[in-house]
Amino acid sequence: MKELSLNILDIAQNSLRAGATFLKIELDQRTHLLTIRITDNGCGMKPDFLARVADPFSTTRTTRPVGLGLPLLKMEAEMTGGRIQIESRHESMYSDHGTCVTAVFDTAHVDCPPMGDLVGSLLVLIQGLKDTDLLFVHTLPGTKVQLDTRQLRAELTDAVPLSEPEVLEWIREYLTEAYAAS
Amino acid sequence: MKSLAELTAIRDKMKARVAIREGGADIRIVVGMATCGIAAGARPVLNAFVEGIAQAGLTEKVTVTQTGCIGICQYEPVVEVFVPGQEKVTYVKMTADKAKEVIEKHILNGKPVVEYTIGKAKM
Repeated sequence: MKELSLNILDIAQNSLRAGATFLKIELDQRTHLLTIRITDNGCGMKPDFLARVADPFSTTRTTRPVGLGLPLLKMEAEMTGGRIQIESRHESMYSDHGTCVTAVFDTAHVDCPPMGDLVGSLLVLIQGLKDTDLLFVHTLPGTKVQLDTRQLRAELTDAVPLSEPEVLEWIREYLTEAYAAS
Repeated sequence: MKSLAELTAIRDKMKARVAIREGGADIRIVVGMATCGIAAGARPVLNAFVEGIAQAGLTEKVTVTQTGCIGICQYEPVVEVFVPGQEKVTYVKMTADKAKEVIEKHILNGKPVVEYTIGKAKM
């Protein structure tokens, strides 16, 4: 991936495919160490799958609900001296099921990809959310950029979906302003 | 600063239009948004379709949705266009500029842009 924000979009799409009704994306960028944490309440992964999920050579086409996204994220994080951690509780064993993917990147490392168009990536994610809610929190030195689709839906009610172009345009402007002020 | 109250205004404006749309059989534009699509540049393609359809005033007639990997990763970004009563058209190696052209020629004027379709890519 050419941009970290594309990795974020890619991993978050896994959560939607896992049937999550709530998805949280936390970025902590207070220092040169960037922590990306994506938490969902989707179906989760069974322990045997979890054990090999970051290995691209053990995923086969028939059992490929995750694909290459996590191996890519792992490789890219490790190239900067960082790491990833994946915790998951499968719905067959836990009522509080879901998955939490944490990746740490050293943004001062020469091999660290740029964040890229984070707002554009979030808009693609929101366009495809359907009924899933998203809480996005980006902690920066001295400030926070935050978006909670539950608040947006409270205003929009059931009458107008988040994927409506005028709503997406509002979100784009809202986030762009928030980053400009940060 | 943007305020949530603006969303209430958008809601009131859009409510009637969204309700109309829910009945009709419409044109569907489906953008592949799996790892392969994202890595190949599907994000600007999807955003170009969403913005282009809105600008053309077609949001009542055309829906833009996302899908996973359809198995032709080497041709990503892949976009499928479904027009009721017509055969599906599969566009490959799409860009934001090509998306604008597809909206103008295919969606607005009914003529698929053959040079961007998978049939042409294979030859």
